[in-house]
Amino acid sequence: MVGIVLISHSGPLAAEVAILAAQIGGEGVPLAAAGGTDDGGLGTSPDLVADAIEEVDRGDGVILIPDLGSSVLTARLMEGPGVVIADVPFVEGAIAAVVTAGSGASLEAVLAAAEESRTFRKL
Amino acid sequence: MAGTELDTALFAAWIEEISRTVRTEKDRLTRLDAAIGDADHGTNLDRGFTAVTQELAGKEHDSPGSLLALVGSTLIRKVGGASGPLYGMAFREAGKALGDVSEVSVAELSTALEAALSGVQKLGSAVEGDKTMVDALAPAVRALAQAAQEGKTPQEAVGAAASAALAGAEATVPMQARKGRASYLGPRSVGHEDPGAASTALVLDALRTAVTR
Repeated sequence: MVGIVLISHSGPLAAEVAILAAQIGGEGVPLAAAGGTDDGGLGTSPDLVADAIEEVDRGDGVILIPDLGSSVLTARLMEGPGVVIADVPFVEGAIAAVVTAGSGASLEAVLAAAEESRTFRKL
Repeated sequence: MAGTELDTALFAAWIEEISRTVRTEKDRLTRLDAAIGDADHGTNLDRGFTAVTQELAGKEHDSPGSLLALVGSTLIRKVGGASGPLYGMAFREAGKALGDVSEVSVAELSTALEAALSGVQKLGSAVEGDKTMVDALAPAVRALAQAAQEGKTPQEAVGAAASAALAGAEATVPMQARKGRASYLGPRSVGHEDPGAASTALVLDALRTAVTR
């Protein structure tokens, strides 16, 4: 199953979106939150992100969903074989990715589903 | 120093001088960032370079390249804000470009700074005119390349790069930001110096201080 890492500037925000996505998307998806700096401040910790990637990696690929600023730059440092960034709205993209990953879809399919959330209108 | 090559001790002195300057200028950088950013640039860089100083203390370094690579990876881990990955990438790429030579010529320094710039641009996708650190770094890279071509001494070459970075940073004042938090302000970002360009000018000025000392 594809793993998903939520990277936010804020620890609590990443954690809450992970809880929401797990509840909506199913509990079985490997999903980790990596928000805030390693001392709990606002910002991003490459160490936390690297740990989260390792935690959710089941061999089918990992999708990183960053929110703003340093989250995006830190995510870019982690890109590599099987580790890709979804350039998507944080909450909507996370839910689309988790739901699709839960269906056993491939990395490409999960990424495509997350990216659809960019153009999905609310009204 | 009067030689034509820059050795590991010189690069260590540069990093020490950056740490000192960042500490002294921390409040000014944070004030610049308070105007158009999230008011943490000085604090973040100071935290990063304090960690760098601790990391380098008491260690023997094989080469300028390995020293800069260590500076880069420490900044990536410790800064916390957007400047961490950006400066971290810059130092890491510069270190990688220098390889394991023990003394660096102006031409090699120029190649290293080019690698740093391209790393920063790859990560942040900024171009000149976006009101970012690229507006200070890119002119410095050009000045250094020209100085290398003209066979200038390290003192002259680094002096030219530092002056170009400072002019580049000052030139960000009338620009409208197209990257980062400041870009949300649109026209209201005009009239403020970009904090990242300002700190890049400090970093290159620290190199000038270290080379002319």
